[in-house]
Amino acid sequence: MAKEITGTTWTVYDANTMTQAEIYGSVLCELGEKHPDIVGLTADLGKSTKIGLFGDKFPDRFFNVGIAEQNMFGIAAGLAKSGLLPFVSTMAAFTAMRGLEQVRTDICYQNLNVKMIATHGGVSFGAAGTTHHCTEDIAIMRALANMTVIVPADGIETAAAVRACIDYKGPVYIRIGRGFEPTFYKDENYGFKIGKAVTIQDGTDITLICCGVTVLQAAEAAKILKESDGLSVRVINMHTLKPLDEEVILKALTETRRIITFEDHNIHGGLGSAVADVIAQSGKGCAFEKVGIPDCYCVVGYPEDLYCHYKLDCDSIVEKVREVMGRDFEEDESWEDEV
Amino acid sequence: MPITELEIKNLTETARKIRHDIIDTTVWAGGAHIGGGLSMVEIMTLLYFKYLNIDPAKPDWEERDRVVLSKGHGGAGYAPVLANRGFFDRDELKDFNHFMSKFGMHLDSLKVKGVDVSTGSLGHGLSMAVGLALGARLQKKSWKTYCILGDGECNEGSVWEAAMAAAHFKVTNLITFVDRNRLMIDGKTEEIMSVEPFADKWRAFGFIVKEVNGHDYKALSDAIDFALEEAKTPVIIIADTIKGKGVDFMENQVKWHYGSIDSELAEKAHSSVDRG
Repeated sequence: MAKEITGTTWTVYDANTMTQAEIYGSVLCELGEKHPDIVGLTADLGKSTKIGLFGDKFPDRFFNVGIAEQNMFGIAAGLAKSGLLPFVSTMAAFTAMRGLEQVRTDICYQNLNVKMIATHGGVSFGAAGTTHHCTEDIAIMRALANMTVIVPADGIETAAAVRACIDYKGPVYIRIGRGFEPTFYKDENYGFKIGKAVTIQDGTDITLICCGVTVLQAAEAAKILKESDGLSVRVINMHTLKPLDEEVILKALTETRRIITFEDHNIHGGLGSAVADVIAQSGKGCAFEKVGIPDCYCVVGYPEDLYCHYKLDCDSIVEKVREVMGRDFEEDESWEDEV
Repeated sequence: MPITELEIKNLTETARKIRHDIIDTTVWAGGAHIGGGLSMVEIMTLLYFKYLNIDPAKPDWEERDRVVLSKGHGGAGYAPVLANRGFFDRDELKDFNHFMSKFGMHLDSLKVKGVDVSTGSLGHGLSMAVGLALGARLQKKSWKTYCILGDGECNEGSVWEAAMAAAHFKVTNLITFVDRNRLMIDGKTEEIMSVEPFADKWRAFGFIVKEVNGHDYKALSDAIDFALEEAKTPVIIIADTIKGKGVDFMENQVKWHYGSIDSELAEKAHSSVDRG
């Protein structure tokens, strides 16, 4: 069972021993008390996704449809049409791909109030191999009209996102990992708001824009770069991929003129692409790089090894920042307003 | 309530009007899925003019019965039913398929009054209908959900995922029909991808199967009454129908799955409907 400690304002979870999914399951149980309209659905992954915690507590409001994701998202659409608030959980690969047409046509097209909490996102289920990785979901989900896409940094932010989406109308996709990822936030008192990025550290030399597991790694990298290189590194937690906080990107563009994105996702169509759109349309020059899974099917391994392999760990981020800072923009004659 | 002779007489007259409207809609639209629209006219007329607890003045009324036209390409057959039931004016159908019209071939629940669920991609409707029925049961609501499948649609695996779930969750506040007109776009269902033994398949999935003539109000009505009053497990009504029913030159013709008609052909179609 999940451990939790009741705090003064928010429920504070023992985030060091609980996975993202466990925290999600606990929060959903808590919300289920206050919101009798919440129903839960899974496709034989109640245990893995931890929505089973909700099912144990509210068996009448929980539907395990067996291994049939298309049917699950269709049933969720019907339940939403009947006036209920479905939370649907399976792995990211089976949400964004196996059940995609139902997610798009049944849920998004009809703008239904269905919340999808997809676990095992990115390469977080590393050893399982490509069938159980999902490095395409952000690109896919961003392309669905009416959809809101959230990639929380850790379990605490997952809790905040789940709470926030209760009163947020329309379909929401929340992508979390497999668990066991180290936690970044200490509690939920930092003002999570859907569509509003969090600048977790201000800086003037370069901006690192991150989501999911890369937030902690970038924050740690920024500390190292300040101490050893004297660099002022801005770190942004872009937890909401859609709607995107364009303002925070434009501000970083103007104030730092160097931006790198880090994501546990294919470099095409994810966070990096979303940020690149904003930069390109601004008309302003910027040194820009996107770091992610380089358009390939990920090798097998434990997630921490994979994050190192694909340069998403703290040390690799430090190296990438030094490389981008080392570029001499003065050689480019058209670069006149470098900060 | 068993259907009366007077009801059958009135339904027959309403169905005739609806068939005329489907023909006109096909002309206005420039083309439509007319064959499958005509084959389900008796099913839809019976539901909308005898069974459904609905109020066209309050299309979003919470206590209303729900309909999921899983064979969503029947839109040009469905919209005239809704117009005749009073959800909107028949003249609005003149815009069907036109630029910015609320009516496209597959009806949009956010645009067309009376449409509970958007459909069009086959194999989606039964899952949504199961969700609606479970939602009603959970909220202790008495409203029913009706779902109309196509027979070719039952090639889709997701139909059987939904069937498995309907039986597993013992969904008895859902009444499902199959418009068994035996034709799909490329030919006969049994030649393209056979669904037979169809009734046995549904029985094996845990359904009580009623096989009836889909143009016979008495037979359809008896099956619906059974499903509403007696069934302890999900019921499917396999309605044996004729694609293109009522328009002699369209009946059982593969090519009239989707087609266009000019005013001359429309006149022939109208007179065929009048001859009954």
